[in-house]
Amino acid sequence: MLLIHCPFCGERPELEFAYGGQAHIARPARPQDLDDQAWTDFLYMRDNTKGVHAERWRHSHGCGRFFNALRDTTTDHFLVTYKTGEPRPNLAKIGGRTP
Amino acid sequence: MSRQSFSGWALIKRGLSGHRSWEPQWRKAAPKPSYDAIIVGGGGHGLGAAYYLAKEHGMTNIAVLEKGWIGGGNTGRNTTIIRSNYLFNESAALYDHAVKMWGSLSQVLNYNVMYSPRGVMMLAHTVHDIQVFKRHVHANRCNGVDNEWLEPAEAKEFCPPLNIEDNIRYPVLGAALQRRGGTARHDAVAWGYARAADALGVDIIENCEVTGIRKDPVGGGVTAVETTRGTIRAPKVGVSAAGSTSVVLSLAGVRLPLESYPLQALVSEPIKPIFPCVVMSNTIHAYISQSDKGELVIGAGTDAYTSYTQRGALHVNTHTLDAICELFPQFRRLRMLRNWGGVVDVTPDRSPIIGKTPVPGLYVNCGWGTGGFKATPGSAHVFAWTIARDEPHPINAPFTLARFRDGYLIDEAAAAAVAH
Repeated sequence: MLLIHCPFCGERPELEFAYGGQAHIARPARPQDLDDQAWTDFLYMRDNTKGVHAERWRHSHGCGRFFNALRDTTTDHFLVTYKTGEPRPNLAKIGGRTP
Repeated sequence: MSRQSFSGWALIKRGLSGHRSWEPQWRKAAPKPSYDAIIVGGGGHGLGAAYYLAKEHGMTNIAVLEKGWIGGGNTGRNTTIIRSNYLFNESAALYDHAVKMWGSLSQVLNYNVMYSPRGVMMLAHTVHDIQVFKRHVHANRCNGVDNEWLEPAEAKEFCPPLNIEDNIRYPVLGAALQRRGGTARHDAVAWGYARAADALGVDIIENCEVTGIRKDPVGGGVTAVETTRGTIRAPKVGVSAAGSTSVVLSLAGVRLPLESYPLQALVSEPIKPIFPCVVMSNTIHAYISQSDKGELVIGAGTDAYTSYTQRGALHVNTHTLDAICELFPQFRRLRMLRNWGGVVDVTPDRSPIIGKTPVPGLYVNCGWGTGGFKATPGSAHVFAWTIARDEPHPINAPFTLARFRDGYLIDEAAAAAVAH
């Protein structure tokens, strides 16, 4: 079982969390302007990255809040977690370590 | 090339020389500079597609490229369950196409894939399960797919080890039984297709990872793949790479509606024959059958998050074992021998994608999620058709990539309320 660092509660076991899929997919500001392909990309297409993946998690059995994480999908190692709304951290700057 | 034929007589004859005269069943091929078509992925679906391309479409100058060893991915990691009792017409046609082919596959390939139609029984534990399963039974009957409703006592008669007492957390309220469903020997499927394809001249190239896909600068069509064993030219490339499909197709700039999750399975120590069928319980998440070696083969769920690790968390397995121990209390003292994971590519509607991509000459067979093994012969057959003719077979025509844009989802996930 993974230990996941909730930015609000600290390190907790994986069972307390729910996975929320790829992060930083914002709902289009003007949905009425989208064509079918753009809707498809928004709704269904995913990077499915093999490597460092930015993703959403929710501490559903804890504080209940969403946050984002960078995780390496080839090792399941969490590199960093950060609050929703913050930009994706630059790994080179933080040295790839969980704060 | 000549191929040693398997038969009772051959077994006796080779036995007289101590079984030392069997030859390797396929060549260790080295890549040629070019082929008429390339299949990426040496699992059952990919090897099967190569076999049907050679057998039914006369394309023998083709190669199968496999990153590791053949059958080492999900083909060798699944729980070998075969069934076709899917809800929608499109799915029933696709999966039943495969079930019909399973019946004669050993004879067709001259290789014993040990297909055993011992019956797949899916347990209902809630009122919702009963309603959904009965709906399936009726929908299947309309599509000519066998599926029948069993009351708990009938379920126990079909599978005597089953606990139908009402004092467990989720008592068995009934079951849907597909008698034509069953199991097959997963490794033999890969080996049988490899051997049969090789005999028709197909090059099976292992330890050959695709690292790039070249496109024509003018027409945009596929011209070659770059691999760890050099560049190989081909005007047609079919990708059948399961959990790694997103990675391979990203080399051609194609995005897919896929997410790759680890899916786990485990086996017990071998015991004497006790378990006559396959039992699935989607509600409390347990899949169990007994292999010919005597091991109980148990399927667990996917992890909650995407991953390429080919492993998974222990709590996912213990969750499944909790359910198994309630349904079959006599197994509580069994020890589990091994567990492992495979990486499965899941689509939003839990139905596969078999067809063309936006890149001319590039085809994809993916998105089988947690249930691709059962479809192996049918999937390979229609994928070969699609590659050879540059148009889908009527059976896989609905399973396009474009359905996500056009709104024609085949939503087995929501409607069926079943895992695959």
